[in-house]
Amino acid sequence: MRIGVTVFPGSNCDRDALHAVELMGAEPVELWHADADLKGSDAVIVPGGFSYGDYLRPGAIARFARVMGPLEDFARDGGPVLGVCNGFQVLCEAHLLPGALLQNTHMRFACDRVRVRVETKETPWTSGCENGEELTLPIAHNEGNYFADPETLARLEDEGRVVLRYLENPNGSANDIAGVCNEGRNVVGVMPHPERVSDPALGSDEGLKILRSVLAEATV
Amino acid sequence: MNVQETYSALGLSDSEYHRILELLGRAPNFLELSLFSVMWSEHCGYKNSRPLLKRFPNDGPRVLQGPGENAGVVEVGDGWALAFKVESHNHPSAVEPYEGAATGVGGIIRDILAMGARPVALLDSLRFGPLDEERNRYLFREVVRGIGGYGNAVGVPTVGGEVEFSRAYSGNLLVNAMCVGLIRTEDLVRSRATGEGNLVVLLGSKTGRDGIHGATFASDELTEESESKRSNVQVGDPFAEKMLIECCLKLLEEDLLVSLQDLGAAGITSSASEMAAGGGVGIDIEVDRIPRRESGMEPFEAMISESQERMLTVVAPEDAEEVLALAGRYGIGGTVVGRVADHGDLRVIEGGEVVGSVPAEHLADAPTYEREVVRPAYLDEIAKLDLETLPEPDDYNEVLLKMLAHPNLRSRRSIYGQYDHEVGTNTVVRPGADAAVMRIKGTKRGFAMTTDGRGRHCYLDPRGGGAATVAEAYRNLSCVGAEPVALTNCLNFGNPEKREGYYQLAECIEGMSEACEAFGVPVVSGNVSLYNETARGSIYPTPVVGMVGVLEDASRHATPAFKREGDKVVVLGGKMRPTDESPLAGSDYLEIMHGKVAGVPPKTGLTAEKRASDLVRDMIRSGLIDTAHDLSGGGNLVALAEMAMAGGIGFEYDELEVERTNKSGRALEILLGEDGADFLIAFREERWDEVQSALSGFAYDDIGYTGGERFRVEGLVDLSLDELRDAHERDLFGIPGEAVGGSEAVG
Repeated sequence: MRIGVTVFPGSNCDRDALHAVELMGAEPVELWHADADLKGSDAVIVPGGFSYGDYLRPGAIARFARVMGPLEDFARDGGPVLGVCNGFQVLCEAHLLPGALLQNTHMRFACDRVRVRVETKETPWTSGCENGEELTLPIAHNEGNYFADPETLARLEDEGRVVLRYLENPNGSANDIAGVCNEGRNVVGVMPHPERVSDPALGSDEGLKILRSVLAEATV
Repeated sequence: MNVQETYSALGLSDSEYHRILELLGRAPNFLELSLFSVMWSEHCGYKNSRPLLKRFPNDGPRVLQGPGENAGVVEVGDGWALAFKVESHNHPSAVEPYEGAATGVGGIIRDILAMGARPVALLDSLRFGPLDEERNRYLFREVVRGIGGYGNAVGVPTVGGEVEFSRAYSGNLLVNAMCVGLIRTEDLVRSRATGEGNLVVLLGSKTGRDGIHGATFASDELTEESESKRSNVQVGDPFAEKMLIECCLKLLEEDLLVSLQDLGAAGITSSASEMAAGGGVGIDIEVDRIPRRESGMEPFEAMISESQERMLTVVAPEDAEEVLALAGRYGIGGTVVGRVADHGDLRVIEGGEVVGSVPAEHLADAPTYEREVVRPAYLDEIAKLDLETLPEPDDYNEVLLKMLAHPNLRSRRSIYGQYDHEVGTNTVVRPGADAAVMRIKGTKRGFAMTTDGRGRHCYLDPRGGGAATVAEAYRNLSCVGAEPVALTNCLNFGNPEKREGYYQLAECIEGMSEACEAFGVPVVSGNVSLYNETARGSIYPTPVVGMVGVLEDASRHATPAFKREGDKVVVLGGKMRPTDESPLAGSDYLEIMHGKVAGVPPKTGLTAEKRASDLVRDMIRSGLIDTAHDLSGGGNLVALAEMAMAGGIGFEYDELEVERTNKSGRALEILLGEDGADFLIAFREERWDEVQSALSGFAYDDIGYTGGERFRVEGLVDLSLDELRDAHERDLFGIPGEAVGGSEAVG
């Protein structure tokens, strides 16, 4: 399976994501922001970082990068896409996911390990987990405070589209939301970084449960 | 303005001006005078410190690059090397804390990049005045925000550091940033320019008026007027830096650069003259080709501007097109601004005319000043201290909680929680341990880093404190299982033109050098920050040491956190010190509980230090122990409480064997005294026999077992882990008026 990782100017978890793809046993493919080409990727990860310096608003400029054209088509056709941290922000700005990520309510950057619960295994990125399974994942963000209007939040809850939920809310997110998916369930955005806990050498590979889920798609 | 007023305003002395006249054989014009003023500032020229710095040992079996380049480099094994350096950004941060700290981080990253290494870790040593002053709270908050704002965005994890608060730093804070980079040994880059006719290409951001005379500003005492020098502080753009890093690494990978140099203090002047002097060539800079951010800039402004996120390269003419194209791909500027020449001068050309020309070697050769080392009288005053009459506390519970909550001992979580310490996915031991450990992907190897400074100790005993600073770093690395390899230092001192300042500088360097020799750890890079004085006086003499070590197997490491219930806990090493010194002299206990900064702390027994540290490391490497912590501020009691809190497991101290283990015969010295060479280790009880045989020949004491939810010392301390945490894990940024143990918190 070929998994593409987008590289915007200012992305800084791109190399980590590419490394994690190797560890999960797939073929990593670098997708340069200026090339409108997914290079035959079977799935795409939009990694964390500070694309375009987070200038204007996190993700606001990256959504206009050339690589986003084919990425949006791929997502609409049901291709599995995972946005992590800044990637989640980019996917929200591109309207591939509902809602927005505001500044943390305590107004500080937060780097920590948090407990999250997998709320649905019905996405290509959580199919390897169990419903209700608890994971410990790293976070590192200044704008991770998930926001959506009440109707959207109600829909997300009703349709089972909250993917990850914090056990202890680190940033003020509505409904303790740490990750959501789109209506088609193929596009997932999460604030925690599964790629940072994908190597036992660093003490935990719980993130691989999320990343490896997508491998099941290869047989579909 | 007459000539004398002009050079004085630029920070040059009469004798320095006359030396310039001699060297040039003529009067310099204003541009040339500006070049000399920045290059001969203390910050760039090390006028007062160079003769003293010669004392440091620089050689070692793993040293690939010692002082003199942008950073020191040591070999790690498996073909890998580490480039590292620490540098101060004190003065800018005192005036504009966010940008000062941010650009301090940006600057040190470029030093590492200039060696061709990928920057992989950051650490910061910080000093502020007490948090009961609003200005200090503001400076602290903004400096931490600035470090995070830059480091997080640029994608280099901040994995360690340290901070202390003392009245001595009110008005003169310290911000020292260290960067560590990873490089294949065969890919090391040097900065010397070669090849007449090669092109000089400026990469990165445009040049503005920011930071004009920043190096000169950093070499003067801070006064009320310093606020008006706010425009001397540069503004950082971590996004531009990130692209500059990726671009330079790509250019090196493609083998397109002859040499590479960062632009820091004194801007193009410093970089170009150092590149020229290093290569024994000259450089012509066509100053009007330097891309400007603002109009109307004079040639001297473009030459000495400290605009951030720029690098200077030397490129063969046939590669220039490709270099500029790659810069474009990364969205950064790339401009040919000059060429390498055979005349040996740094020449500034405007509109085809030479408007300034100075031999590069003269710029790089600032005059030096040696002074008489005279012991200042204050040392005799503060040495007077009668600890025999110091009463034992009535309530050790209260003492422990108050000490754990004190800003100097409190958990640093509210600081490092604002720094991304995991980006890069190499961080094996995260902040909060004695040192950070990182792995090298594709190998079993790892490396560890720590920064340490002991300002109070160096104030009370400059030579002893200097040695103890190096010893503490050596201990911290040993506690995670790393073999210390080399160090970098940042020497933060007061005015060297004053007797006290010069004595402290000279003596600290002597003490540090003695420790370096005893431990076999050379100094491979460094930086000096003098004139850290305000109307309120001088800072504590604060040499900061950044030490790196190697782990042959990164998985064989230790942390302070208790790992299991029922582990045996042993204290080792302390009783090898000369016994007529009190471990309470100059201690945190004395300062926090009695408001006293006095006494001469126990001398570091360097041989004993090394032996004990090496033993702890060997036990970790062999897998015998996985829990270790060195004793520092707050002694045994605070160290044990930290281990319990970190592991979420309680501890029960056996009956204190006061008579046997301590000359004073008091619990106070055992629990709260601070000795060098002291360690706490914990391990499974079934390994006790093996541990005992490893410990033979060492002084040690088995003091108790881990377990439960309480932290107890029979008859003296009995607290729950929650009570400890409530005190220790408070937010350092929430301090105004906070209640600590029922009383007002005062730094």
